[in-house]
Amino acid sequence: MNTQILRILKSGAVLLVAALTASPVIGNAQDKPLRIGLVTFLSGPAAGPFGVPAKLAAEAIVDSLNAGKAPAPYTTKGFGGTPLELVVIDEAGGATKQVAELRNLVERQNVDFVIGYIGSGDCLAVAPVAEELKKITILFDCGTPRVFEDASYKYVFRTRPHATMDAVAGAMYLLENRPGMKSYAGINQNYAYGQDSWADFTAVMGTLKPDATITTSQMPKFGAGQYGPEISALLESNSDVVHSSLWGGDLEAFMLQATPRNLFARSQLILVAGEPYLHRLPGSIPDGTIVGARGPSGVYAQKSALNDWLRQIYKERGETYPNYPAYSVAQAFLGLKTAYEKAKSKGTPGTDEIIQAFEYESFDSPSGKVMMKLGKGHQAVTGTAYGTTRTVNGVITVGNIKYYPVERVQPPEGVKSIDWIKSGMKPGKW
Amino acid sequence: MGQLLAVVIDGLIYSSWLFIIAVGLTLIYGVMKILNIAHGSLYALGAYTAASLAGYWIKQGYPPMGSYAVMLLAAILVGLIAGPIIERGLLRFMYGKDEIVLVLVTYAVFLILEDFVKLAWGVDPYFIAEPYGLLGNFSVGRLTYPNYNLVVFGAAVFIGAVLAWVLTKTRQGKMLLAVIHDREMSGAMGINVGRVYFITFTVGAMLGALGGALTAPMISVQPGIGAETIVLAFAVVVIGGLGSLPGAALAAILVGLVRSAAVHYRPELDLFSIYLVMAVVLIVRPKGLFSAQEARKI
Repeated sequence: MNTQILRILKSGAVLLVAALTASPVIGNAQDKPLRIGLVTFLSGPAAGPFGVPAKLAAEAIVDSLNAGKAPAPYTTKGFGGTPLELVVIDEAGGATKQVAELRNLVERQNVDFVIGYIGSGDCLAVAPVAEELKKITILFDCGTPRVFEDASYKYVFRTRPHATMDAVAGAMYLLENRPGMKSYAGINQNYAYGQDSWADFTAVMGTLKPDATITTSQMPKFGAGQYGPEISALLESNSDVVHSSLWGGDLEAFMLQATPRNLFARSQLILVAGEPYLHRLPGSIPDGTIVGARGPSGVYAQKSALNDWLRQIYKERGETYPNYPAYSVAQAFLGLKTAYEKAKSKGTPGTDEIIQAFEYESFDSPSGKVMMKLGKGHQAVTGTAYGTTRTVNGVITVGNIKYYPVERVQPPEGVKSIDWIKSGMKPGKW
Repeated sequence: MGQLLAVVIDGLIYSSWLFIIAVGLTLIYGVMKILNIAHGSLYALGAYTAASLAGYWIKQGYPPMGSYAVMLLAAILVGLIAGPIIERGLLRFMYGKDEIVLVLVTYAVFLILEDFVKLAWGVDPYFIAEPYGLLGNFSVGRLTYPNYNLVVFGAAVFIGAVLAWVLTKTRQGKMLLAVIHDREMSGAMGINVGRVYFITFTVGAMLGALGGALTAPMISVQPGIGAETIVLAFAVVVIGGLGSLPGAALAAILVGLVRSAAVHYRPELDLFSIYLVMAVVLIVRPKGLFSAQEARKI
């Protein structure tokens, strides 16, 4: 009798342990939509060029996926037949607020996945919290390489390449087109992304053009708005090149203030995150500006069925064609869809199964093939492109486009970006 | 020498902008003892209204020079509409309450107006760059500056001079100073304190809106610009001494020159420089440079 009771208790304990440790099933019921928390800037300086295009694209993508109208290989409705539902949150307000918002999304809004974060500071802040909450969180746009180079995460993915390629390809493109340049200056925002961007660029230049001198490095605060003294300092420096990773309203204000002061008549401007502004600042982005998009996105995206699809569904909602933040959010949705459906094809898709499917996956996107090959399979890599602006009939176009393959612009797995740059940027095997 | 001159010119241009955004805040505090956090929203409203109206003006093909008058009109409109609504509709019911309550009330107004801006104008930025380059440039050595900077500098000097003249040379100004000294006694002597408050708040609102209107051609006007500005304006007002007009002017010059010097000589200190000035001043004079001596009331 005692043995029987003991056996029942043992079985119960085994079942209990199994129930407690099993990966929670996500989206098992076909009629219940998968809730995706979308965190993007809806207000503040980053809303217009980044946050709102990302939101517009996300809404268009969700509608199209739910209707089963996306091209192959994404023809299945929603994610594996389960429709999608967005819960949109404003990213404005700083990292502390975003940590609270993430908890709210997971614990009160009961979202199944989180896709979000444009600001690097926000990404660095929410990643450990997503890990603690055990919620699959996809960073769709932020750039700092520190996310997966300084830490390792199970639940966090980034489906867009990190910002090292901005500096590497930017410097290569610059030197191919202006091999005789002798000096350069920088104006970058004083926070994670701005500092990383400048550090990477100076390191790449130190490797590729060690005789070029740095004249000045301006680091205005994020959202400074007034750049008079910085522009004077850049003018005084008389540099051949001005490097900038400014973005959002900061870049717009800087361009509005610097262009009338003829800064760019003296110095070649390179805007590593400049692509989203091409249609927004006619007259304020001078011809000859070197512009990047961190990946072959936006104006650099090459013709494909997926690119045509994104351009069409976006244009139906917005007045313009999608810029690179729209492509970034597309990569997040399509990467997650691929992983979810792969997990589902093997049975019930639990969190662990989706993570397993997501790690090291490759998937097609409107900007080409995306490979999750860094950060133990959690960080995407792609090639990238740079081009030069030229105004045609009042519209800023990009010409002299050059594409750079992934092995030339991204460090291999296990090597920190800055170490890879300083050791001569030897192409890895991909 | 060239760099030093650049520091001074940049510093003065930045100072004049700082003074314009801070003077309304210090005026309202000086008279009403209200630290008006909503001043940032009034700045934003001024910028949006100016960008919209001047943008419309230019789009219609009217003479571009007229856009400056349109921007001024926008600031006056915002002041005349938003000022009375906030003061008559809300603040007058709070007079006599603790200063911290009034700070919270104006903070609430700030949050409401921030959302109102998004509701009315959306989240996409507005650009009205034409007035910035319309007046041409002037050069100092190797540096080129738009003449628009002289407009902002002139506006700051004009505002400061007019306010100083009104306060010291006119009957209304003396009544205002009496209210600043002792509200109850002024009322007992026949001064309509409510009216003084109403006019002061409206003028303060107008100055906040003017700051926004003058800034609009230099920036992309978008949600959140008010929050950035109120922090700076607050720093200037605290350095100068809450409620002191000469203090605000001196603090603006001090902050402008120190920031400009930091940008030119030690760019890594740019972010820190304003708050360094604030910290040093508050250590030496905890109530700011021009804080008034307060008589102890029995």
